[in-house]
Amino acid sequence: MRATSVPQTVFTVVVFVALAGYAFVGGSFGLDLITKIMIYAIFALSLELIAGGVGLVSFGHAAYFGIGAYAAVLLTPKDGAASLVLLLPAAVCAAALYALAVGALSLRTRGVYFIMVTLAFAQMAYYVAHDTPLGGGTDGIYLTQKPAIGEALNLNQPVMIYGFTLVVLAAVFLFLALLNRSRFGHALAGIRVNEQRMRAMSYSTFGYKLAAFTLSGAIAGFAGFLFAVKDGFVNPELMSWHLSGAVLVMVILGGLGHLRGALIGAFAFVLLQEFFKSEAIFGALAKHWHLGLGLAIIVSVTLLPNGLVGLPAEIKRHLAGTPRDNT
Amino acid sequence: MTTPEILLRGSGLTRRWGGVLAVDNVSISLRRGAVHAVIGTNGAGKSTLINLLSGEIEPSAGRVELNGVDVTRWRQPRRARAGLGRSYQRTTLFPGLTVLENCRLAAQALQPRPWLWWQDARRCEESLQAARYALLRSGLDGQDQQIAGELSHGQQRQLEIALCLATRPDVLLLDEPLAGMGAEETRRMLDLLNELKADHAILLVEHDMDAVFRIADEITVMVNGTVIASDTPQAIRSHAAVREAYLGED
Ligand SMILES: Nc1ncnc2c1ncn2[C@@H]1O[C@H](COP(=O)(O)OP(=O)(O)OP(=O)(O)O)[C@@H](O)[C@H]1O
Ligand SMILES: [Mg+2]
Repeated sequence: MRATSVPQTVFTVVVFVALAGYAFVGGSFGLDLITKIMIYAIFALSLELIAGGVGLVSFGHAAYFGIGAYAAVLLTPKDGAASLVLLLPAAVCAAALYALAVGALSLRTRGVYFIMVTLAFAQMAYYVAHDTPLGGGTDGIYLTQKPAIGEALNLNQPVMIYGFTLVVLAAVFLFLALLNRSRFGHALAGIRVNEQRMRAMSYSTFGYKLAAFTLSGAIAGFAGFLFAVKDGFVNPELMSWHLSGAVLVMVILGGLGHLRGALIGAFAFVLLQEFFKSEAIFGALAKHWHLGLGLAIIVSVTLLPNGLVGLPAEIKRHLAGTPRDNT
Repeated sequence: MTTPEILLRGSGLTRRWGGVLAVDNVSISLRRGAVHAVIGTNGAGKSTLINLLSGEIEPSAGRVELNGVDVTRWRQPRRARAGLGRSYQRTTLFPGLTVLENCRLAAQALQPRPWLWWQDARRCEESLQAARYALLRSGLDGQDQQIAGELSHGQQRQLEIALCLATRPDVLLLDEPLAGMGAEETRRMLDLLNELKADHAILLVEHDMDAVFRIADEITVMVNGTVIASDTPQAIRSHAAVREAYLGED
């Protein structure tokens, strides 16, 4: 529903062109790091769809991410590589199905109750991974053979995973941008602003919310799938509430309500994390990186209540010397 | 005049909030071509009655028929699709959108296949047409590019009505559309209701007695959840119990 300005579109295009260019110059460490960031960006976009788009703050999104990742590993046969064409849809569907079930049971609640219910369902998924033979326990499970499409796409090379992730990120971004301006997207925005009125205008809002939630779970599952394929390894941490919280922080840090926000937030979060973890810079303090990261996030959110996407407007405001209207 | 068609009928409607009987065994019929006013003191149960008829809340007892079909178990969106439009006592718009966008969003609800994600909502001709029609009828067609939240109070109340009209209902349930309006705005709104009356059945909840007696064809008086009288304006004016319970202060 939000109109996109020309500078915003230019920014997004430049980011994607730069990411594409990096595939040709990046070393293996850099490629791996940026691939991870792009996967988180896809994950953050999935949360933005419902948190920013519909105003539903899910605090259990790691469950769908983790299910996508675990499905990638568990559905790969022991003795060979799975076909990407089969494995990927299977992983995405598994995540979407769980989101459908959770959505059906949680979307009648609101606000803090919704947060608690989504968290509770995510914890259930976490315990299945953590405490049952299926999930392999704390140690996790290895993905012995990465999926492929014949000879054409072999996801063993970092640059191939990088390229594949970039294409998926661009596709998801474009898809969500189109979705936002479609009638479905407008209805979601209407529900965020005034659900009561939407129902009076004959929208079956529950159906819309459930569709958005399921779609969001599917995209999160896609991100999880990529994560498993990139690392060749899954463990229960992928479903933990730490990750649910982290992705929420990415969305808020970047700017809730903007697709660019999810993208920027994922970059900012992971780069800040790497920065505070760096022993070259912080020496012995590097193991207390959580503290640095937390402080940086608090400072950022305090100074930029609309997230990093609000930075240009904030700078303009400073130059003009007008006070911020506190809403 | 031939017997006018009854579009909406509520019978024996009752709603409890805890110990309070907000609406107690109320029956009401709305006919096409007529304005049926519901008056009553604060807390009499008027808004609750509208909520029961529109399906926003469920009745503890009673039944609602829309065009002769029992819709008591239907939820609000389904009733709305079947031709029931309502406005709210407290203005509830989409303040960040333009006037046209508000109405287009309402009109869009009737369009099939909303999940076609590659289609631009703003280019949906059918909903734009319905939105323009609603703005024209409600007299807001000059304001279509204004941000709804920046309209005057009176215009926001008009937009409330336009949002109802955009879904092309047969029945309009209007909860105090004149509240907070000046004399000129009130006059315009009454003209609008008079026009709409021709092809709609209208339920009008209103505190402004002059307006009610000017426009209503039938008046129902509620006190503490119950109907104490339901009759023509002339009869209500001279109704002893009504004068005592409600118009008494005049
Ligand atoms: N959601 C609710 N929960 C509990 N009680 C309610 C609720 N809504 C209304 N009531 C009670 O029901 C009674 C009727 O309220 P209602 O809003 O229908 O009155 P009204 O006639 O519309 O009044 P007003 O003229 O002030 O708008 C009141 O006693 C009110 O306190
Ligand atoms: Mg009321």
